[in-house]
Amino acid sequence: MERQNPRLDVSVSDGATVVKLRDAKILDEVSIAELGDQLRDIVNKTDSPALVLDFSNVTHMSSSALGLLITIHKRVREKNGQLRLAAIRPSIYEVFVITRLREIFQIHSSVEDALASLR
Amino acid sequence: MAEELVISSDLKAARKAERTVLSKLAQLGYTPSATFAVRLALEEGLNNAVNHGNGCSADKTVTISFDADSKRVAITIIDQGEGFDPAAVPDPRDDENLEKPSGRGIMLMRAYMDEVHFNDKGNQVHMVKHNR
Repeated sequence: MERQNPRLDVSVSDGATVVKLRDAKILDEVSIAELGDQLRDIVNKTDSPALVLDFSNVTHMSSSALGLLITIHKRVREKNGQLRLAAIRPSIYEVFVITRLREIFQIHSSVEDALASLR
Repeated sequence: MAEELVISSDLKAARKAERTVLSKLAQLGYTPSATFAVRLALEEGLNNAVNHGNGCSADKTVTISFDADSKRVAITIIDQGEGFDPAAVPDPRDDENLEKPSGRGIMLMRAYMDEVHFNDKGNQVHMVKHNR
């Protein structure tokens, strides 16, 4: 059954799932919860997920959204999968650096580079 | 000139209050960098006030007062909760906290605003950002 209010555009490339986040602002808890459900659905349906999250639309993120990414990261790791973040604009990348989350996530400047790292 | 908004403990109301403040900054010609910082800090401060301070209680309000000119904006957020000790919040950048999903709001407020001060009770935060 198709979800109401899809927050993601999903495609497959080179055996990896590329998930483009639709919302420019990932701030409020309702939309973060919906995003989380949709990401978990994707991760849960593959044995060893290879997942690229495309942030090219994202201009603002709250700390709750960072918390969601950590949860997804852990779930992918539990399933022996791989997660890459891609196309993060400088203002958002700075948040990852300030919080030291840059050390947790593998971040690439483009989806293409992220996919190449998964080969 | 100072303005004051009183909102219910509701995240939709918080978002509306943010838009009011940010609209004022846009009128005053704030830089993208300063605007990003204020939006982020307001988001975190209001989420904390609504969720942690007031526990989303329908009988509690959050007061946002702000005073902005072309050079700086000062924002105070007051909730009606019991308060807390901000010094007791673990540093989310410590190795043992790095993979915890929560606890980054205050750290981000301090990183992005030029000044952040809590009152002794911990139910009021005052923040300042210079427009540069």
